Amino acid sequence: MLTLEKRPSPSRMWTLLTPPLAVVLTMIAGGILFAFLGKNPVESIRTIFWDPVFGEFAFYYRGQLLVKAAPLILIAIGLSLGFRAGIWNIGAEGQYIVGAICGAGIGLAFYPTENPLIFPLMIFAGALGGWAWAMIPATLKVMFGTNEILVSLMLVYVAESMLASVSSSLLRNPEGMGFPGSRNFKDFPAAHNDYLIESAGIHWGVVAAFIAVIFAYVLLSRHILGFQIRVTGQSPRAARFAGVNPSRLILFCLGTSGALAGMAGMFEVTGPAGQISIDFNSGYGFTAIIVAFLGRLHPVGILLAGLLMALTYIGGEAAQSTLGLPAAAIQLLQGMLLFFLLAVDVLTNFRIRFGKTEAA
Amino acid sequence: MDNDETLLAVEGVTKAYPGVIANDKVSFSVTPGEVHALLGENGAGKSTLVKMIYGLVRPDSGRMLWKGAPYEPATPHAARSTGVAMVFQHFSLFEALNVAENVALGMEDPPPMRQLSERIRKVSETYGLPLDPDRLVGELSAGERQRVEIIRCLLQDPKLLIMDEPTSVLTPQEVLILFETLRKLSHEGTAILYISHKLEEIRSLCDSATILRLGKVVGTTNPRESSARELAEMMVGQTLHTPSRDSADLGDVVLELTNLSVKSSNPFGTSLKAVSLSVQAGEVLGIGGVAGNGQDELLAALSGESLAPRGAVKLKGQEIGHLGPNARRALGLLAAPEERLGHAAAPDMSLTENAALTGTIRRNLAKNGFINWSATEDFANEIIKAFDVRTPGPHNAARSLSGGNLQKFVIGREVLQQPDLLVVNQPTWGVDASAAADIRQALLDIAARGAAVICISQDLDELMEISDRFAALNEGRLTSPRPAKTLTVDEIGLMMGGAHDMEVAHVDA
Repeated sequence: MLTLEKRPSPSRMWTLLTPPLAVVLTMIAGGILFAFLGKNPVESIRTIFWDPVFGEFAFYYRGQLLVKAAPLILIAIGLSLGFRAGIWNIGAEGQYIVGAICGAGIGLAFYPTENPLIFPLMIFAGALGGWAWAMIPATLKVMFGTNEILVSLMLVYVAESMLASVSSSLLRNPEGMGFPGSRNFKDFPAAHNDYLIESAGIHWGVVAAFIAVIFAYVLLSRHILGFQIRVTGQSPRAARFAGVNPSRLILFCLGTSGALAGMAGMFEVTGPAGQISIDFNSGYGFTAIIVAFLGRLHPVGILLAGLLMALTYIGGEAAQSTLGLPAAAIQLLQGMLLFFLLAVDVLTNFRIRFGKTEAA
Repeated sequence: MDNDETLLAVEGVTKAYPGVIANDKVSFSVTPGEVHALLGENGAGKSTLVKMIYGLVRPDSGRMLWKGAPYEPATPHAARSTGVAMVFQHFSLFEALNVAENVALGMEDPPPMRQLSERIRKVSETYGLPLDPDRLVGELSAGERQRVEIIRCLLQDPKLLIMDEPTSVLTPQEVLILFETLRKLSHEGTAILYISHKLEEIRSLCDSATILRLGKVVGTTNPRESSARELAEMMVGQTLHTPSRDSADLGDVVLELTNLSVKSSNPFGTSLKAVSLSVQAGEVLGIGGVAGNGQDELLAALSGESLAPRGAVKLKGQEIGHLGPNARRALGLLAAPEERLGHAAAPDMSLTENAALTGTIRRNLAKNGFINWSATEDFANEIIKAFDVRTPGPHNAARSLSGGNLQKFVIGREVLQQPDLLVVNQPTWGVDASAAADIRQALLDIAARGAAVICISQDLDELMEISDRFAALNEGRLTSPRPAKTLTVDEIGLMMGGAHDMEVAHVDA
């Protein structure tokens, strides 16, 4: 019989080892899945995980890696702060959309003025928009004890409706011949989130993501606020005893994650997406939840997890076009990644023993 | 085979858990009508031993004999049908059901309710355990709830009754009632296996005692012929020093509570009702009371975890009722809650991080909000060294420490911050005797240095040992403090019972 035995303290080795192990298990299970779909498993896995970085067309894909990873990382960093404290912001997608609308809206209001202050102003507006959207569940939780999971999630659908509305009315391109969608930011240099280094895919959003990683790392490891976040997540009573004000922490965590998601949305819409349109958002806000957990809620882990998740997106698209794998199979692969991670996570806190079980 | 007299014989029983041998070749025997004590510190293996007798755990090796025949209960059901009954330390009762219904739930095949009520009434009268079978368990005191458990056992007509730390929830008067009952039972031939670490109780009740230390039997004695000190030293395996203090002159009033009423944050908690007290510098105020009478709430109201009107709490003349924990720490009020893991310390965090939990303010461990981790580690090391905390180092998680060691760390963390007022709740609960003596000494030492100490505890011996004045909590109300030296056990019991009349048993045994 197999028995699980709790470790006296979490295993440091397994904390580091479980994510790569989960990736390997995903590759194996994914390969089996692709084999059932009648594809060559080795080739499929190579197309998804290897070719985008080392294959023939890697020069193109490598740039895309950072473009896809940056919003995931930026959002996931914000989410991880709350998740560590047991504050569950599930609505980053909504904050991402509202941030994009606000940031883009401020920029478009100045069209076609050329002023170097416009773009910084837009970043601020994007962050502010996401922050304000996240403040709704935060305030409701602090004042009335509502569940932030439900409120933040529901607000995603409100934000999506708002997006549909503004892209066909308020922010619609006056020269767009009636099609929904705003002006394209490529035609508005002062507000365009252009590539800083095109071959590497680096734009301001990527820079912001890296800054966020460093900021979160310092916050969590050195600052007393980060310490309070960690204590709150582990034992709320000890946190209260240590003088943590739970309401203030809720406002901070939800606010920060909202602001970062909003900023990510603004960078995306003014750069890679190019314009406000009904469906410019591609579920980054939800995928970032997986990224946050895949990265063990640790800033550096999230950086790596964001890159890995971006890889499955890019590789997945490549596999769809070259091997004809269905899109659902790729999503399944991404889901498996989280599934395996949570499964092998047990090893961090438990030890497996072979032997007879004990009557309680 | 032993003689016919032996009811239960345990021979060379060994039980190992990963990393620890809970019982190592333990042998002892119980004769009918004998009150046999199992004495040992927390972690000595008492619980594992009785769990084996009660069929909850199976021994790795060794054997047990019941009236000379092999006895291997696979389940508690098998143990009960043999004639073994057990009253656990924590009750398993449904508050929304009445006494008779609760008793019926624990029986193999309960008789009709009316008949059962009649039997309960009869048993409770016979054994001097007054109990109304129609009352809801939710309305009963801890002592009365224990009677429900005992009667549930007695209805099965046991030959051996196991009692696990039965007096920890009782007032002194209730203890006397319980002892009368147990004596009567033993008189009728029921053997009683009595688990405790309270030496005076064992000396007054038990005929023989098996003493366990680290899973091994270290001695079997007649407790009536040994002094409490001898028993304690056998139990601990070393010479104990009794905490002592240099009497200091009392200084100014440090803390003053005036009509402090705080609603409990826990729906099942007890709200504080108009608590007033004052403590002077150099004084130890002991606060007794049966568990669940507002102890946690009082600690929270003092530590700042729950807030009160400004003027209800005054520290050195300053109104602090509205201030949170850290503001109070800055002013010199430190606290150590009862629950070590999850309240006083974060279980998965290292000792260094746990040192930062309360230490950043008074020890200047943070600058501009940034924690100085190397200074914090020094602080953690200082605690470990000064309080003899047994751990490989400050990087270890709090939950890897034994209860006593973690408690020494928690108390040490606060003591080394030089408090003006230290509030502790159950400072030695679940702590081995030598660590408990160290902790009490530390409390007396800071009082001697001129700090005020409030010690909330359910251990009366502890309170009598260290307190200058004693008060008791009862349903959230605090009695007025009285000098501890002159109090008799009866007076203490009445203080703990508060306004409630004690039901005194009349047992003719």
